[in-house]
Amino acid sequence: MDLHTLTLTQAKEKLAKKEISSVELTRAYLDRIKTLDQKLNAFVTVTEDEALKNAEHADKLIAHGEDLPLLGIPLAIKDNFSTKGIRTTASSKVLDTYVPPFDSTVVKRLKDAGMVMLGKANMDAWAHGSSTETSDFGTTKNPWNTDFLPGGSSGGSAAAVAANESVASIGSETAGSIRQPASWCGVVGLKPTYGRVSRYGVVAMASSTDSPGPITKTVEDSARILQILAGVDVHDATTSPTQPENYVAAIRDSIQGITIGISDDYREGVDPEVQAKIDEAIKVYERLGAKIKNIKLFSPKYAIAVYTILQRSEVSSNLARYDGIRYGNDRSHFGDEAKRRVMLGTYTLSAGYYDAYYKKAQKVRTIIVEDFTTAFKDVDIIISATSPSAALPLGSSKNHPMFGEMADILVEPSSIAGLPGINIPVGLTQAGLPVGMQIMGPQWSEKKILQVAQKFEEETEFHTLKPSL
Amino acid sequence: MKNNDKQYNKYTPVIGLEVHVELKTNSKMFCRCSADYFGNKPNTHTCPVCLGLPGALPVPNKTAIEWCMKIGLALNCNLPLVSKFDRKNYFYPDLAKGYQISQYDEPFALGGYIEVFKEKGSQEIKKIGITRVHMEEDTGKLVHETVDGKKVSLIDFNRSGVPLVEIVTEPDFENEYQVVQYLQKLQKIVRYLDVSNADMEKGDMRLEPNISLRTIHHPEQSEGSTDSSAKPQNDKFELPNYKVEVKNINSFRFVEKAILYEIKRHQEILDKGETPVQETRGWDEAHQRTVSQRIKEEANDYRYFPEPDIPPLKWTQNYIEQLKSSLPELPDQKIKRFEKDFALSYYDAEILTRDILLANYYEEAVKVNQELGIKNQENKYPKVIANWIINKKVDTEKTPPSQLIKQITQETKVSEISDEDLNSIIDTVISENKKAVDDFKKGHENVIMYLVGQVMKTARQKIAPDRVKSLLLARLK
Amino acid sequence: MRGNLSTRLLRHNTPRNDKKLNMKIDVKHIAKLANLPLSVDEEKKFEQQLADTLNYIEELNEVNTEGIEITPQVTGLENVLEEDTVRPSLTQDEATANAKNSHNGFFIVPAILEENA
Repeated sequence: MDLHTLTLTQAKEKLAKKEISSVELTRAYLDRIKTLDQKLNAFVTVTEDEALKNAEHADKLIAHGEDLPLLGIPLAIKDNFSTKGIRTTASSKVLDTYVPPFDSTVVKRLKDAGMVMLGKANMDAWAHGSSTETSDFGTTKNPWNTDFLPGGSSGGSAAAVAANESVASIGSETAGSIRQPASWCGVVGLKPTYGRVSRYGVVAMASSTDSPGPITKTVEDSARILQILAGVDVHDATTSPTQPENYVAAIRDSIQGITIGISDDYREGVDPEVQAKIDEAIKVYERLGAKIKNIKLFSPKYAIAVYTILQRSEVSSNLARYDGIRYGNDRSHFGDEAKRRVMLGTYTLSAGYYDAYYKKAQKVRTIIVEDFTTAFKDVDIIISATSPSAALPLGSSKNHPMFGEMADILVEPSSIAGLPGINIPVGLTQAGLPVGMQIMGPQWSEKKILQVAQKFEEETEFHTLKPSL
Repeated sequence: MKNNDKQYNKYTPVIGLEVHVELKTNSKMFCRCSADYFGNKPNTHTCPVCLGLPGALPVPNKTAIEWCMKIGLALNCNLPLVSKFDRKNYFYPDLAKGYQISQYDEPFALGGYIEVFKEKGSQEIKKIGITRVHMEEDTGKLVHETVDGKKVSLIDFNRSGVPLVEIVTEPDFENEYQVVQYLQKLQKIVRYLDVSNADMEKGDMRLEPNISLRTIHHPEQSEGSTDSSAKPQNDKFELPNYKVEVKNINSFRFVEKAILYEIKRHQEILDKGETPVQETRGWDEAHQRTVSQRIKEEANDYRYFPEPDIPPLKWTQNYIEQLKSSLPELPDQKIKRFEKDFALSYYDAEILTRDILLANYYEEAVKVNQELGIKNQENKYPKVIANWIINKKVDTEKTPPSQLIKQITQETKVSEISDEDLNSIIDTVISENKKAVDDFKKGHENVIMYLVGQVMKTARQKIAPDRVKSLLLARLK
Repeated sequence: MRGNLSTRLLRHNTPRNDKKLNMKIDVKHIAKLANLPLSVDEEKKFEQQLADTLNYIEELNEVNTEGIEITPQVTGLENVLEEDTVRPSLTQDEATANAKNSHNGFFIVPAILEENA
């Protein structure tokens, strides 16, 4: 069997039944990486020796009857997650020599759950982008068509899963960085509620919206990983003490009677081909017994301005620690995009401009939060396209300072409000590129949005489509 | 001759003070590294958070915040029910994150005061307004050295992240005497609260005065004029249009010297009709002067914004009341109580309460004395004990209070010898000291004390000297 | 009826900033504040690009935010504090391992010119 095509759930089953070993599984993925990654460039660092060592250890534990949620499962980790003893670069030349002396909480939890780490996935440098083109180590290519972008900033993570270079991967989203590349690569990407998963050890981008989350082949895989990651962390004062629910157990629960909100504001500017796929998907839900309701939402276009200001303000401060003294290289090693963002953020916080920009943006944020709160009184979840278009060609983001913000227009509002959202593949365009649909819910509604996503997967075959590589 | 209003200028110092107090918590402000950094090998008390590693996040120290609020309460401040942390953004090698987590517009405490005496020897009180008390984190330490022939700066982050409380006063000080009193009081208060050692030499109490001079115009009264409207307004005045900050002050003595130096320097400049430059200067102890700091004095734009990694703090009025009632008796309260209960002078009470341990020792001694039922001698014993401790340099560490009382009792114990016995000793002494007696009778009055001494010696007891003297005098008649 | 919030907000349009096309950032000053060494060419390049970005965010002026409070924290959490107990620190080696330059356990930089002439 082609081990590299297994989902997490399938792999776990086969490992438990001793049909395969973790070493076999891991080797299959490492070979796949060797074959493909020269072209795809999804990985910054491949940790072959470590991975095989961990796989051997996992096999021993499995032989002894040990069962951990991710025991022996090979994963790719976005390169902004600190991994102890293993280079962590955030795809920037500033950090290309940095080796963290500690694990991020996410990585620690995954290790405790028995994962095998294949390597660190490529990303937009500092997560500044929606294309992965701003990586200082070359862009990642979209596995569906290598003349196209994978999206970003978790482009490497999404491409690795789409190309079967990894069972699943971990990404992070500030505004779209999980959902959008998942959409362009045709995989499942979950951005949890802000505060659901610890940010400790994740290279900070915008502190008030950064959310780590899983990128997977199926919805169930996503629930399994979320189960490991979710929970309060003493190292992160913004994590919630709200107990995580049992996402895995509840995933096949009925969604009878659910009310799904759709909004014309989220159709504006969307590619007709993309919107057509979304509309078809809505029909699937109607068939399943969901009520579809048209709602009015605060126009996403304002979210662009809000997000631009808030994110760049926080970025300008979060990148201040990179002076090359205690680690890494000095600030002259920043790429253009990073420099632009730091400067704009410095400007919007500066004396005389703080009120007009930063404070104003924080006020509009309140409006966005309240708008969703009101909306979710009438509907259980909201569905729309994840991105206004399918993947764009290589080079599209160059010299377009607002590229990311425009590409992420439909996911920015929920990110700003700290709400959870999941992307699932809902078909291909004529050109053969994936179309993604997002399902958004109120705070802490991961269980519900996973259920809604699961039902779609059960009714359709889109998640089985894979690029021919 | 025309009557010209001859104006002569008089200057009054306008001084404000910014004090940083390092708290002696177990762990640092935003991470749980040990805060006990002094004297340790460099960079041995650090972690991802206080070292500013990528991805590190701050988690506030509960005790530090409590202690900061206690300081605010002890300074008569108001504690708002809502507070938060903010980022203060600037670049310096000892600032690991490139920003300091501090408080900007919603500090833990606002609007308090401390009372000091207006002038030396005066009983008039001057109220010094406290603008705010807030929490922030300390930076790492820079050491300048030459390594391999090159001038370098070495950085140790052990101190990075240690909790600091910043106390800012209104520009209410009028002279260096008030400033020193304030500092001594502040030091006493934080030591009483047991939240800091407030040791200036060790750097756990740092201060920066800002100094300027205010000009008061006295139009000279022209002949024949009854215009007496030239009184300087002391209540509300416009602040001078400049101020000078002075750094690098490590002791109370330096504060005095620095302030006096600056006052003189500003006077000279103002007399010339110029305005002193608004700048930061450093105290140069070696040359007994202040020197302008080389750092470019561009007004730093700190771009404060709310710290997104730390949720806001909200208190209930109940909690504030709880904190208030948990405060120990503070120095001023203790002084007043000592004055009242033990009939001590302000001077003595102040000395005994300088150190909380000494104050406790004293009270323990008084208690021991009371419990032993030692004759009170018209309530003089607390005063006697006080004098003993103050004047006789008692080693309070080696001498437990009970032992002290024993000592005092013995040495002041007065013999119960009867008048009859005493008189017979007196007679013996008189007969044995004929020359002295003759001298006394001749008019050398001082000789009486010699004779008193001889009586004591012969008696080999401690007898109240006054008693001996009066009996002697009677006998010699 | 749903949508009242957004329509209400948009009714009170604030006139657009008609200096919009002339929005400029003092790049030299900002670069200094941000501790980013820029060449003269870079200054020119970024000046235009940053101006373009500013044009986009000017749209925010269309939104009426009178009487609205800021939301710096979406979690709704309060008073997240930790007890004052010590946890082990990194060793000196761990702390300095990533520094390009260190000396006897210290981080090292070229001399910072400071006080006292």
